[in-house]
Parts: sequence; C-alpha cells; structure tokens
Amino acid sequence: MSFTATKELEAEVDELITHYPVKRAASLMVLHAIQEKFGWISSEAVQWTAKKLELQPINVFEILTFYPMLRQQPMGKYQIKVCRTLSCALGGAYELHKHFCDKLGLDAHKHGAQTTKDGKFTVEFVECLASCGTAPVIMCNDAFYEDVSHEEADEILRGANAMVARHGFEP
Amino acid sequence: MSTAATTETKPAPAAIEKIKVKVDGREIEVPRLTADWSGKLTPTTMIQACELAQTEVPHYCWHPKLPVVGNCRMCLVEFGTPAMGPDRKPVMNPDGTPKIAKSPRPAISCATPISPGMEIYTKTPAVKQMREGVLESLLINHPLDCPICDQAGECKLQEYSVDYGQSASRFVEAKVHKPKAVDLGPRILLDAERCILCTRCIRFTRDIAGDDALGIINRGSYNTIATFPGLPFDNNYTLNTVDICPVGALTSKDFRFKMRVWFLKETKSVCTSCATGCNILVSSREEVVQRYTPRENDAVNGPWMCDAGRLNYKWIGREDRLKTVLVSGRKSSWTVALNEISDRLKKAPAGSVAMVASARQTNEELWLLSKLKAKLGATSDSIAREGQADNLLVSADKNPNTNGARLTGICFTEIGSNLPAIAGGIASGKIKTLIVFGEDVTKHGLGADLLGRLETLIVSDILPNETTKLAHYVLPGCAHAEKRGSFTSTKGRVQKFMKAVEPPGDARAEWEYLHDLVHHVTGQNGFVTIEGLFNQMAKEVPAFNGLTWAALGDAGVTVQI
Repeated sequence: MSFTATKELEAEVDELITHYPVKRAASLMVLHAIQEKFGWISSEAVQWTAKKLELQPINVFEILTFYPMLRQQPMGKYQIKVCRTLSCALGGAYELHKHFCDKLGLDAHKHGAQTTKDGKFTVEFVECLASCGTAPVIMCNDAFYEDVSHEEADEILRGANAMVARHGFEP
Repeated sequence: MSTAATTETKPAPAAIEKIKVKVDGREIEVPRLTADWSGKLTPTTMIQACELAQTEVPHYCWHPKLPVVGNCRMCLVEFGTPAMGPDRKPVMNPDGTPKIAKSPRPAISCATPISPGMEIYTKTPAVKQMREGVLESLLINHPLDCPICDQAGECKLQEYSVDYGQSASRFVEAKVHKPKAVDLGPRILLDAERCILCTRCIRFTRDIAGDDALGIINRGSYNTIATFPGLPFDNNYTLNTVDICPVGALTSKDFRFKMRVWFLKETKSVCTSCATGCNILVSSREEVVQRYTPRENDAVNGPWMCDAGRLNYKWIGREDRLKTVLVSGRKSSWTVALNEISDRLKKAPAGSVAMVASARQTNEELWLLSKLKAKLGATSDSIAREGQADNLLVSADKNPNTNGARLTGICFTEIGSNLPAIAGGIASGKIKTLIVFGEDVTKHGLGADLLGRLETLIVSDILPNETTKLAHYVLPGCAHAEKRGSFTSTKGRVQKFMKAVEPPGDARAEWEYLHDLVHHVTGQNGFVTIEGLFNQMAKEVPAFNGLTWAALGDAGVTVQI
C-alpha cells in the first residue's frame, strides 16, 4: 500500500507529538504508526514525517536506516523472524532459517530480509527474542513460537497459506 | 582627517578572568572562558589550553569553529586536579606545592573544561598508547589507498600515522566495503570507505551553512555519510566540507585527481568574486592556478568561503586572454603605446577626457587613475555589479573594491551616477577621449555608436569584449593572481594580495603602466614598487591615514569608510 496522509494518520500523529517535550522526540513513534498502517515507510512517508516534525528528511532517514524493523520496502504478508543470537544459534537457528528458505524458494545465504515473489512470506534473521531457554525461537508476524522443529515450521507455513487461501491478500 | 585605521572590527570585549593550569609541567595562564564556534563564551577546554601552551593535541572531530561532539577520541589526555582534604582545603605536598590527584581515567581534551590548578599530561606513555589505539581502530576499515587519494599530503590520518601509527597492520580479517565515489551533490563526491565518521561535514552544513542536508545512515558496520535520496547536497558552501574533512572522504569534483597537493605553490590572496573580500590561498603550479582555498581570517571570513568564489578562477587561464598591446588594431609595444597615449593626454584640453574604471581594480591602480583624473580635469565613474547576497559571506556587491573606488574618488556613493553625463558628453562632442579600465562599457549605456565618435579610446582589460574591439589602444592587464595590490572590502577592510602566477604574453600589471602614464602626463615621479605606491597613497587618501603596506599584514586592517 502506498503512502497517503489520511485524516486518521494525521490525527494519530498530532496526538503522538503531544507525548513529547519536543517534536523531534516523536520521530520513532510516528514511523511506527506509519508502518502499522502501510506496512513499510516510503520516501514520501519520510518527507511527510519530516515536515510534520519540523525536521529535514535526512534526520528521519537516519532513524529509518538504523532500525531493521522499520521497513524501507514492502514486506511479505507473513514475516518470519528467526532468532540467531547465541542460544538459538546453538539450538539450530541456522538450520531452521535454511529450512524456511528452502521451502519458500529463497536463498538462505543472501544478506538481509528476503521476500517471496508472490509477496506472501518474508524470512529474516533477528537478534535475541528473549526466550533463550526454549531455543530455537521464531516470530511469525506477532505470534511467538518456541522450540521450533522443522515439522512445526512446515505447519506454520501451511497455516499461513491456508489463511491466505481463505481470506486472500493484497501484496 | 578621519580617525586612524584600526585592526579591530568590534569593541574590545570585557576582560576575562585568567586561571593557571599546567600543561606537561609548564605553568601557563589561560582565560577561564573562550569563544566557542558560535562566538559564545564557554568554559575553556583542555585542548584550547594546550593550544595556548603550544602543545599539539592530535584530533579529528574537533574543529574550533564547529560544535564539539567528542566522537573521534584522538584527543584523549591524562590530567589531574588539586587534591582536596576532608576540610575542603587543598592538600599540600611536604614542599608546600599543592598535591595533585591524578584522574584514574583519561578524558577527551576537546570537551573537558579546565579548572584552576589543573595539570594536563599529553606526553605520558599511556596517552601515546591511547593515540596509537585510536589510530589503529580508525585504520581498520580504511582502504589505505593514499597513492590514489586526493587528500594525500594534507591528510590527518597520514600525519598522525607518522606520529602514532604502525608500519604494518595487525588486521588480518576482511575489511568492510562501503560505497565509493558517491555523488553527494553537484560539487562533492564521497568515498565512504575513507570516512572516519567525525561528522565535521554534518555539523558544518547544519550549524554554519544552515542547510541540514547530511546525516549518518545505516548506523552500524556500514554507517556512512549521506544525503536524503533525491535531495542533493547543494548549497553555496558545500566545498568547505572538503577543506574540513580530515581524511580523503569528501573530495571536490573540480580538484579531484587534478594535482598532488605537495606540488602546489600557495600564495596569500583575496577572493574577488564579491565585496566581502574572503581571504584565500591561491594554489598554483607552473604558472597555472589549480584551486582556491579559504585562508582563515576571523575579521572577515573565518575559515570559510563560498563555492561560487572558490570556483571562479578558470578565467585566469583562458586561451583568449589579451596578450598583446594593440595600437589601432595592430600589434605594438608598451613603449610606443604609452608614449602615444601620454602625448595625446597631455594635449587634451581640460574637460575633454572621461574615464570609466572598474571597481575590480586595486586601490593603488584606482589611486593612480585619480591622479590622471585630477591632472586632466576628467569626469570619472565606475560600474556597479549587483547580485544576490546571503546571510553568511556573500555580498550583494559583486565588485571586490567598490569602497576603494569611492575612497580614491573615482566614483561616488552611488556608483555609476556619472555614466549618463559621460554618455551625454560624448554625444555632444565635449568628451573626445575615453579611458576604460576593465569594463565593457557597451553594456552600460556607452554603445558602439557613441564610442565611434571618440577621437581616442584607451582600453585596458584582461579578456576581449565589445569595448576592446573598438579601442584605439588596447593595454593587456593582469588578473589579481598575477599581480600585487590591495582591495577595500564592503566593511572597509583593506587587504593585500600577492602574486601567484606570471601574466600571459605582454600583459603587465595595471599599476605598473599606470605609474608610467602618470609620470609622463603629470610629471610627478612616484614609487615604482607596490609597497611605496601604497604608502604614498595612504598618506594622500584620508581614509587610509596611518596605514603602510607592511602594517596590512596577512589579515588586513579595517578603515573608516
């Protein structure tokens, strides 16, 4: 979905700004709000945010490029985040990541987040998801999965595919 | 007589309390407060105290005219402060000196204020080790491509590597690769691999130029200086970032790969692109001007200059420069031309001569012209060049010496007001001789038809134009980089400039042949050196009262205008 400064977004951002002593301090929350609505943060969105917060676009762009969770391009409907910090790495995170990639036809060795051509799935490594005792752990969108075996991984993909088949989606 | 010339531009500030500190065991008195980048008085820092003690502390991110960020860590020093007892009284050594409690940790000298009795240690083994460590860390991902880097020869990484570096790198892992030759804007290229992320460029453009265009993106291993995609780094001061970049990351597209800096001869000069008179260095090699860079002068331009002025040097080496003396369109010699002109001027009846001089000429030249003017009873004026001003350095007056033309009496407060009278005089036949210096008068109301009515048209210029084409006498002159002289800036600062390169062909400095002409026509003998000429002018022109060429120094002197 491309960026449009809707009335609701405007109202939400105006409200967010009131939480902070200076407008600039609201930058991160405004970017979150935009990503929540559009799934990613476009160049137009950065410029709109800068104007809203009385900044230059580069000031907002600095933040956007710092956090991998803030997306600079559209991502898949289902975003699979595989933890690769120590416990999960030892618990088979790399194998799990490769399993997802192989199932979805992605290149496990490529750097950064990867999205399937149909826009259904994004697979990426992330740092610690704070459940080291149950490694390996992943997140699929906002759902959290612990001690994930390759069979469970297939199940998660099947479930997601079934949801897409039932409800459809706009890439 | 006007008031005596001074070197001050502002009234002397109130006295600042001095405190004693020791730098490497040597006690010095330093002011408790020092002006920061914006001119505001802030507590003096250790690095400033070390500078006053003439002890160099290596640094990358610190710049006296930029806000302090303290990110490069190169200026780490050790220090101690007088120890206090439980009674809040200084603890004394047996010999009666105050006991110094040495700080267990070092501090960045750029951001740590001094306090009375503080001792700063810049030469301890620990400090040396810290500098070596910081340098080694900065060089880890540096490409070490000095042989093809423009900064080589004026690079802080190179200089400090000589002092604190190692001959071989201990780093055996793969270096991080970052973007090369990134087009930041119309005049700047970035090599992100060479960058040490000191953020001087970001602070300059945000706080000095007022164009917050640069930032650090992708913070982490791949962090790099960048603009917002689609918004080029394009203000009138971008090239200053190349000067302040301590490494070869930001390069000037104009100077890139053009010349090794150690081959350049640097000549102290003044920018001629507007009336501000920014102090510059003209860098030349083998009679070719290669670049201008700003020369620090806090009374005028600080360490900065505008891009337009900096790049306005290419005309000096133009192929079509006037190189020969022409009499009636034919090649002649200086002797013949000056003798003929002198004879004609001597015979000219009073009031039949007019002159249009350029406010791009030097004080000395304009003053010599004013001598001719007085002798011949001539009408004179100059031509205004108006442009856009900005709130930093650029003046709306694009002539470098409008005030010089005013002070020597060549033009009046309103420059160009006499031009219609001169045009009228030529039209009515009253004015028969016109002397033009450095201006194309056909663009300023004295068209070819009017010039055609003149008995004598004497033109001195640097480049050919419509007026030189119509002249009976063409005298090839010099660019400012080819002669010596002085200008009076818009604020009345008299500044001298030196000769960097030889003029082409037969071209001569205007003041030299004007001196000959004045001698022939008026019979007055004057000084044949620029120093003598200036000193004589300073005696006769009230505003320059009390000045000498030598007293101008490198930074110039402000006079009452």
